[in-house]
Amino acid sequence: MTFADIIKFVETKAAGKSSIIEGKEVILVSPDNWVEISTLLKNESKLDFDYLMCISSYDKGDNKTYGAAYNLFSTTINHYLEVRVETEDGTAIPSVTGLWQAADWHEREAFDMMGLQFEGHPNLKRILLSEDWDGYPLRKDYKEPDYYRGMPVPKDKTYWD
Amino acid sequence: MDATLLEKFDKDNIVVEKLDDLINWSRANSQWYFQFGLACCAIEMMATAAPRHDLERFGAMPRASPRQSDVMIVAGTVTLKMAERVKRLFEQMSDPKYVISMGSCSNSGGPYWQYGYHVLKGVDLVVPVDVYVPGCPPRPEALLQGLLELQKKIKTETPLRKKA
Repeated sequence: MTFADIIKFVETKAAGKSSIIEGKEVILVSPDNWVEISTLLKNESKLDFDYLMCISSYDKGDNKTYGAAYNLFSTTINHYLEVRVETEDGTAIPSVTGLWQAADWHEREAFDMMGLQFEGHPNLKRILLSEDWDGYPLRKDYKEPDYYRGMPVPKDKTYWD
Repeated sequence: MDATLLEKFDKDNIVVEKLDDLINWSRANSQWYFQFGLACCAIEMMATAAPRHDLERFGAMPRASPRQSDVMIVAGTVTLKMAERVKRLFEQMSDPKYVISMGSCSNSGGPYWQYGYHVLKGVDLVVPVDVYVPGCPPRPEALLQGLLELQKKIKTETPLRKKA
């Protein structure tokens, strides 16, 4: 199915639960509707998105809006879809680990790097950085620490003088 | 105690030398290195150990345990998370122990110098380094030279005498 067909189909099954980002072939879903939409995308036989390729996280730059972009693919029907879920002020996004097992580590990475909260994730803890790391490095307002457990993290060469 | 020693053997089967030199000679020529790599430099380290460059002709063979290792080749980017493990592994090695810092990343942070919030700016901040091998990554020849430089350094030591 093309993007327009997918949009039409989603609208008939769940009217008003999703919107389209202008100029992009991307569906925008609010966290409240994400459980319903994701279940529809996965289980509906005409869509059959059985493969979650990637979850990317992003920061809109206003220090409160963060998002996750889900790249979905159907290996049976051979069509593709990008869905974005945006959240403000730290609202949790429902986890999709129950639908796609691959979401487990991707959501942990989005939590580790961007600080997104995923509701219902079985093991939401840092995956790359150490457990006691402070802050979320991919956020635009992130300030790197001066020291980590006594080890210096110098920003310029004056440290060496 | 190298070529000169062999010349002495030609004339007689008795050699008079310092015991220090004997110990240094055995230590320098059996540098068992700790088999672990942190990033792409480890690929070059593997190439150095492979038949074309053959690190083992200098008596260096990989050991998978810090207890059996004499030299630690820090091959790759030392992240802050890994730095503590590197330090702990170094502390688990038995004396005498040496460290070769291989590549720009472990020398100074390399390309992560300015914006790498997660990279240790030089492994010498956590363990004492004997030989620095520059390069990104260094060619196997460079690592071989680093090992030979370490052998030279070991041969200047005086293990039986008290340190001044």
